[in-house]
Amino acid sequence: MNMPRFWREISGRYNLIGSRCGNCGEYFFPKRDICPKCHRKSMGKMESVKFSGTGKVISYSIVHDPHPAYSDMRPYVMAIIELDEGPKLTSQIVDCEPEDVHTGMRVKATFRKLAEDGKEGVIFYGYKFKPE
Amino acid sequence: MRDVAVIGIGITKFGELWERSFRDIGIEAGIKAIGDSGISGADIDALYIGNMSAGAFVNQEHVASLIADYVGLAQTSHVPATRIEAAGASGAVAFREAFLSIASGMHDIVVVGGAEKMTDIGDELANSVQAMAIDQEWETVFGATYASLHAMMARAHMERYGTTREQLAMVSVINHRHGALNPDAQFRREINIDTVLRSGMVADPLRVFDMCPLSDGAATVVLASADIAEKFTDKPVKIKGIGQASDTISLHDRRDITTMDATVYAAKRAYDMAGIKPEDVDFAEVYDSSTISEIMAIEDLGFFDKGKGGKAAEDEKIALGGEIPVNTSGGLKSRGHPVGATGVAQIVEIVKQLRGEADKRQVEGAKIGLAHAIGGTGGTAVVSILEAMR
Amino acid sequence: MDAGIVSYGAYIPRYRIKPEEIGKVWGEDGAARGKGLGILAKSIPSPDEDVITISVEAARNALKRSGIDPQEIGAIYTGSESHPYAVKPTSTVVAEAIMAAPDMTAADYEFACKAGTAALQNVLGLVESGMIKYGVAIGADTSQGAPGDPLEYSASAGGAAYLVGKERVIAKINGMYSYTTDTPDFWRREGQPYPSHGGRFTGEPAYFRHVLTAAKKMMEKMGTKPEDYDYVVLHQPNGKFPRRAAKKLGFAPEQLEIGLLTPRIGNTYSGAVPLGLSAVLDISKPGDRILAVSFGSGAGSDAFDITVTDEMEKFERKRAPLVSEMVENEVFIDYAAYVKYRKKIRRKGE
Ligand SMILES: [Zn+2]
Repeated sequence: MNMPRFWREISGRYNLIGSRCGNCGEYFFPKRDICPKCHRKSMGKMESVKFSGTGKVISYSIVHDPHPAYSDMRPYVMAIIELDEGPKLTSQIVDCEPEDVHTGMRVKATFRKLAEDGKEGVIFYGYKFKPE
Repeated sequence: MRDVAVIGIGITKFGELWERSFRDIGIEAGIKAIGDSGISGADIDALYIGNMSAGAFVNQEHVASLIADYVGLAQTSHVPATRIEAAGASGAVAFREAFLSIASGMHDIVVVGGAEKMTDIGDELANSVQAMAIDQEWETVFGATYASLHAMMARAHMERYGTTREQLAMVSVINHRHGALNPDAQFRREINIDTVLRSGMVADPLRVFDMCPLSDGAATVVLASADIAEKFTDKPVKIKGIGQASDTISLHDRRDITTMDATVYAAKRAYDMAGIKPEDVDFAEVYDSSTISEIMAIEDLGFFDKGKGGKAAEDEKIALGGEIPVNTSGGLKSRGHPVGATGVAQIVEIVKQLRGEADKRQVEGAKIGLAHAIGGTGGTAVVSILEAMR
Repeated sequence: MDAGIVSYGAYIPRYRIKPEEIGKVWGEDGAARGKGLGILAKSIPSPDEDVITISVEAARNALKRSGIDPQEIGAIYTGSESHPYAVKPTSTVVAEAIMAAPDMTAADYEFACKAGTAALQNVLGLVESGMIKYGVAIGADTSQGAPGDPLEYSASAGGAAYLVGKERVIAKINGMYSYTTDTPDFWRREGQPYPSHGGRFTGEPAYFRHVLTAAKKMMEKMGTKPEDYDYVVLHQPNGKFPRRAAKKLGFAPEQLEIGLLTPRIGNTYSGAVPLGLSAVLDISKPGDRILAVSFGSGAGSDAFDITVTDEMEKFERKRAPLVSEMVENEVFIDYAAYVKYRKKIRRKGE
């Protein structure tokens, strides 16, 4: 992945910065410029918000055949996680054995290396989750 | 709006076509369809090409111009040629756009092609290109693969509805059984449940035989205004209903990952337009990029109640001879999945069945067929309902 | 000095390898090696951990306990000899990840194993002078010994972060003293993956001379004796050196034990004294006095004379994991996994 593309999303990836609709109060991650529920009424009312980083597992898979840039972690757990504020995201679950992961499991965000652009390229960092 | 009919079909063999290039297969399917339809090049008003990623797969963009050129339409009639991209639904969306261009009265005869050449790059790269249909910034970056997202849908479906690992495997078994009867299919070998359960783990709980392959292939159909269709063919097939819908690109943003709302909405639109109900459909080609996606599709299309898709597969209700035969072509799993070609290949199979030309896999008394294609993990869905005009 | 420690946070990866497992591969008596070094296991970062992730986690732990607004942080310095980038700071990632950027300064430090305490001295200076309100100093490493090198038994991973300020100080800095010479006992040349060292030369002329001198001069300067301290934290390249140094200085084993983590997690290099001090702060009470002396090859020692204040009563340690909890959270791996995790083998495409 090229560096500028990653760099401009740092606030979301490092710090779980998303949005809250000033009209209906719904939370979104990643950031959205318009609320899918309020449409026009949310224009100019989307506020930046930092999520707490705690949530629960909605579903998960153990990845055995990843993209090569992710293969050091193989097999790793990929999950959909629902943050306590409501939005869902896709992330790895680390610091536990794959067989210990289950739907509904409580998790919290941690800061990890996501991938690197080869031996000479930049290193991409961001959130992964681990058991709470 | 005018009625529109399919008047010609053409398809290449699907598989690892080492000797054939992207343009070779695109042209082959085109020439076959034009030949089948009885039209001549000068009759063609427009060309639509469904293609997901020729740029990444064969380093060639601007493929509509390329195909128009090599089917001989660029220099003489300078036909308008448009490439459509909607990931796995590219061919289906191209089909719908072609339909609209005739229904609107703008064109009378339009050719719709779908083509993908995926094997020129290695498997690793090809898988990455295919995964470009999922959210690169918020899924892929974090390590998600296309298969892992399907695996999450499968796990949720299993946990919520009690769908079993064996039921998932049965989808693959049935599709291989059908594909064995299709001379154009990539894999023409019957398998059993053990074949699936003993295949390598890709993304737990899904294994190699739960997932569709990487394929080369192309398919083409010729559409005409229904009022002139019979001038060219004695077996026109009417497009009775067509619906398209979207949903979030990321799987995690969906309301419910055991249902594809895009399918539900596209189906509703198609059924309403056709004036029929799911039970009126005799057979279907659905999007089995994984075994779970077929189970979700047959539920979301209304063939079976939510949560009962696995049981329907187990009971072979979706096999040839069953209640509603699904993927008689072999589906994505056995016929193969050249991404941009799939949506058009599905129409080719529906038309073959409705014409009674499906040979050993013919569905007896087939009158109404349904095609269902998905882009990504369900961000796009297209449902088309076809019926023999006589 | 008004500037002192306002908060602190630690991070230790969960993976461990035992000396027996390393010895097995090289045909050595690993158990005996471990015993000789006073090391039972060493920590190993997961493939997705490095000095940046360790520093971020440690700094976030420090912030969780303090509750200050990260925008009030004026400087972040991270000391390490295993920064993931040779050029491109660790500290800027930390700054973004704790939301302290952009109105602040940042830099990375390198001074073998004392880069973390060097960072702490500098942050203390900036806060004391009034140039910044708060500063963060981090010492962290994911150190590597070459396969087959004796260092392989000890070089480990971990780190700790210190939030320095003048308000609500939990640990007051009574004084600092540094002792610095040109002593090439251990080094790594530019572009080389593994460090080289002078073998037994790293002992007397390097570690002991610097640590003992710095400790003695610190006590001289403060007019204190070993018995005036509740705890002593010394740099700990293995389990033996700090014990011998403490004894030579006249400290009792009980004063050293709490801050001596190497037997359980190995030598965390720049993380060693910062982590040892964190372990002490985890259990200390108001009035406790601590002597901390780091050592960095090349060579130098930084000594700190510290007193825990009454603020410690109100300090919310439990908002972040204690060092002892992270030491106990261990998952043992074999040598094959270890060489993969530490990227000692090149996989296809590399
Ligand atoms: Zn809203």
